[in-house]
Amino acid sequence: MATLEIRDLHVSVEAENGPREILRGVDLTVKQGETHAIMGPNGSGKSTLAYSIAGHPKYTVTGGTVTLDGEDVLSMSVDERARAGLFLAMQYPVEVAGVSVSNFLRTAATAVRGEAPKLRLWVKEVKEAMERLQMDPSFAERNVNEGFSGGEKKRHEILQLELLKPKIAVLDETDSGLDVDALRIVSEGVNRVRDTGEIGTLLITHYTRILRYIKPDHVHVFAGGKIVESGGPELADKLEAEGYEAYTGVKETA
Amino acid sequence: MASANNSGSTTAGSIAVREAGAPDELAGPGTGRMVSQPADARQVAVASYDVADFPVPNGREEDWRFTPLDRLRGLHDGTFGNVGEAAVEVEAPAGVVVETVGRDDARVGKAGAPVDRVAAQAYSAFEKATVVTFPKELAPGEPVVVRTRGTGTTGFGHLTVSVEAFAEAVVVLEHTGKAVYADNVEFLVADGARLTVISVQDWEDGSVHLAHQVARLGRDATFKSVAVTLGGDVVRLFPRVVYDAPGGDASLYGVYFADSGQHLEHRLFVDHDVPRCRSLVTYKGALQGAEARTVWIGDVLIRAAAEGTDTYELNRNLLLTDGARADSVPNLEIETGEIAGAGHASATGRFDDEQLFYLQARGIPADEARRLVVRGFFAEVIAQIGLPELQERLMARIEAELEASV
Repeated sequence: MATLEIRDLHVSVEAENGPREILRGVDLTVKQGETHAIMGPNGSGKSTLAYSIAGHPKYTVTGGTVTLDGEDVLSMSVDERARAGLFLAMQYPVEVAGVSVSNFLRTAATAVRGEAPKLRLWVKEVKEAMERLQMDPSFAERNVNEGFSGGEKKRHEILQLELLKPKIAVLDETDSGLDVDALRIVSEGVNRVRDTGEIGTLLITHYTRILRYIKPDHVHVFAGGKIVESGGPELADKLEAEGYEAYTGVKETA
Repeated sequence: MASANNSGSTTAGSIAVREAGAPDELAGPGTGRMVSQPADARQVAVASYDVADFPVPNGREEDWRFTPLDRLRGLHDGTFGNVGEAAVEVEAPAGVVVETVGRDDARVGKAGAPVDRVAAQAYSAFEKATVVTFPKELAPGEPVVVRTRGTGTTGFGHLTVSVEAFAEAVVVLEHTGKAVYADNVEFLVADGARLTVISVQDWEDGSVHLAHQVARLGRDATFKSVAVTLGGDVVRLFPRVVYDAPGGDASLYGVYFADSGQHLEHRLFVDHDVPRCRSLVTYKGALQGAEARTVWIGDVLIRAAAEGTDTYELNRNLLLTDGARADSVPNLEIETGEIAGAGHASATGRFDDEQLFYLQARGIPADEARRLVVRGFFAEVIAQIGLPELQERLMARIEAELEASV
């Protein structure tokens, strides 16, 4: 069973007046089949956690470990992490001019699976996955994220999640900028992948709204660069009612 | 009027707007105007068929200041040697007339007089000109291919492509082999005619090529050119567009890929001096290796008479390694307020780290991610060619160039 283990993770970024520590000792274990929600106010460092797991070059790990099934994730390149089974659905997916979605997806699938998927099966697989996410077939011929609406970008992220079948998926504010319809379609996509039981999910969010669609097994409150409280789904209800004030001293809804 | 100029470190740009009603003191070269008329300050002051009318450039002139004169093998000062003929071969579909003519043929030189010394040198020295004619209303559907193959000598060439009224033509110019070569190419696009030209510069190492390509557009004529410059020690291409009547539509595309030691230069001049014409310029370049050098100059002049002009030009450069240098200079000069649109954009930069991160985060290895990004960068321009077989061949060539660095 795949397990992502984060131990005492410290991460800094370069700021104007030298390095600034953002993650201050994160401990978390996510197992295949589990769904963890990380909830925190703006600036708590929860996106930094997502990008640090994926290996974004902007973030420097200054202490601690991240392992996937015992393998040292921190020594892997960004693409090695993805091929090892980690996936990050990004809050702000990046435009890649001149590269079609279909070319991008096939290149990614080839890299992650270790061989090019058989063309006929692949076309069918993509078509069906796009239908489930209510994406128009013409979508495949557009350039990656170029001119996509907020909802289209998130659906495209979840399409990749469905096709690349990672062991552990980190969803960074996947709910942000979505209207109710888009949120439902995207959540259903995530749930289809979760229902296979073969994925561990780390859902990073500011608001409890998405948790009505994607039910977490564990909820963690993130503040000041680390997890300050952990519990079951009832913790989300408490946050919904009381906000983050108890953790930050600042009134902020969840 | 919209304009944008996102300057990179090696980018300069200008938009000059002259007051409406000011005297028309700008007369450009290559427009058939007399030498004695004053010329646009950005252009050379002379237009002549005779090389002796041009002083030898010393590198301080505006139009030579980016060019490594010491690498031109004497094309600019008459000290060239080893003169021979480059092999020119024309493949043409039925109905297209291909002729080899002497320099006294009336169709030669109609697009306008050369505007710099090397172009005049080529005009003064060529022995035989090739004339390709698409008769009135002919639309052969297949391209004409003109292959110029260098044989290690210094050569001078002249090609005239005449597309008569309402004919539809596609012409591919291929330049290969090893040569020191200077030539003039004329595109005469008559009323209502359409011409697409793809000019591929893929010379062997050690080659030098200086070319002037002038398009003269009739009423409602459509001209599209795609310049693809990949191989050669020094390549300097000077595409120009002049309009004879309203309704002309010119789209100038280009891609170039410079390796270490290569100097690839494209200087464009679009001269709007009749009303209601359009020009769209899109050039993209990539550079890799120390001493890789590209120059892109985009001069667009909208004269007082050219009301209703619509123009936009864009140049983007991708620096793949340290040590490369791209110069990008868009110049837009406007003498009338009555235009439909005018603008330019120029940007030179490195790989976008966020793009690479995104692709790598999907398991795609770094080198393959870079290839995807570069392929995407050029794909938009290459797609303008409209000949799938040639497009694939050129993309494969570009990827082969990339293999050298990533």
